[in-house]
Amino acid sequence: MKIAIPADEKSLASNVCVSFGRTPYFLIYDTETKESTFIDNSAAASTGGAGIKAAQAIVDNNVNALLTPRCGQNAADVINAADIKIYKTSSASIKDTIAAFVDGKLPLLDDIHAGFHGQADN
Amino acid sequence: MTFMPDFMGKPIINMTIAVLSGKGGTGKTLLSVNLAAAAEKSTYMDCDVEEPNGHLFFKPKEITEEEISVKIPTVNDELCSGCRKCVDFCKFNALAHIRNKLFIFDDVCHSCGGCLLICPEKALTEKEKVIGKVQKGVSGEVTVWTGVLNIGEATGIPIIKKQLEAINPSDNRLTFIDCPPGSACIVMESIKDADYCVLVAEPTVFGVFNLNMVYELVRIFSRPFGVVLNKCLEEENPAEKYCIEKNIKILGRIPFDNELGTLNSNAEIAVYKDEKYRELFSSLLKTVVKEAQHEATADS
Repeated sequence: MKIAIPADEKSLASNVCVSFGRTPYFLIYDTETKESTFIDNSAAASTGGAGIKAAQAIVDNNVNALLTPRCGQNAADVINAADIKIYKTSSASIKDTIAAFVDGKLPLLDDIHAGFHGQADN
Repeated sequence: MTFMPDFMGKPIINMTIAVLSGKGGTGKTLLSVNLAAAAEKSTYMDCDVEEPNGHLFFKPKEITEEEISVKIPTVNDELCSGCRKCVDFCKFNALAHIRNKLFIFDDVCHSCGGCLLICPEKALTEKEKVIGKVQKGVSGEVTVWTGVLNIGEATGIPIIKKQLEAINPSDNRLTFIDCPPGSACIVMESIKDADYCVLVAEPTVFGVFNLNMVYELVRIFSRPFGVVLNKCLEEENPAEKYCIEKNIKILGRIPFDNELGTLNSNAEIAVYKDEKYRELFSSLLKTVVKEAQHEATADS
């Protein structure tokens, strides 16, 4: 199964980024082959709609699940439209997060926030 | 700008004065409401469309209202080839293409129309979307305009544009624009055609930071401007120091005054309530008009 996790740095030793839309990188991880790839999140510098653009990138990477501490409504709409499941992470560590997911211990993310749009300069 | 007779015994001018500040709560509404009240026959225009509150002071009557719409794209799925040119083009990321279907996020769209221009299949058309309204009413001799942006909309600029269109040089009156806080696009729209800008500043280091933001903005827009120092105390005023250093005209000072604060927090217009405030704001108004006239003369 291919999963995506927002990551602070391009390393498995790094932390899960607290933001989905504005994370600097995404880890794309294959739970079977244990293969990991880090992609730059080009949405991070957007003035608006970062969640939508980041979600488009996640969809385009054909992942089966997104593991994130939180996710905004617009991003969730994009992810859901592609039938990708969103799981809620609780540990800061990427390694622990992967382990928890493999053990089936991560709950689905159900508290989708309304988003932070409109708070930046328009 | 035209010169007209008979304003406080001096020539009255038809001019637009924008009141702005780098952050909220500095005193834009206090100042613009009371300047408009002191000017008697005037127009007050609330361009702080995300949180218009000038109407609370003026309590306008005979209100007429107009809905404001913008155009946002809508897709014909039959025609969309999935080329994603629109998705890549949109700088606001209002579009996504998932499983051969185009998603349009209305609340993120800034109505630039670019996606329609770029679509090679002509799959996109526009539909109207109401984003807010403009109200016009009267309060004594003051015409009161209120722009209201619905919560969650991307930008209030179309609402501000609609209000500014109503400024008619043949009305022979002063118009005061109560700007949104900050120095973003919405403020640029509010000041771009103003004859004069009044920057309101607080006597703190933070106040200086915010003053600097709007100072840079009015300079970029080449608007003549001056500063009103609000909430002035006896002690040293960092905003005043900043103005002196930058050689910025100080138009006047409003004291840190419990009575004025109380009147204002009760949505009363200080000018109407107490002769000393009428004098304070009338004197400020005279200075503002004189400065603006001077700038206009120097400019021509």
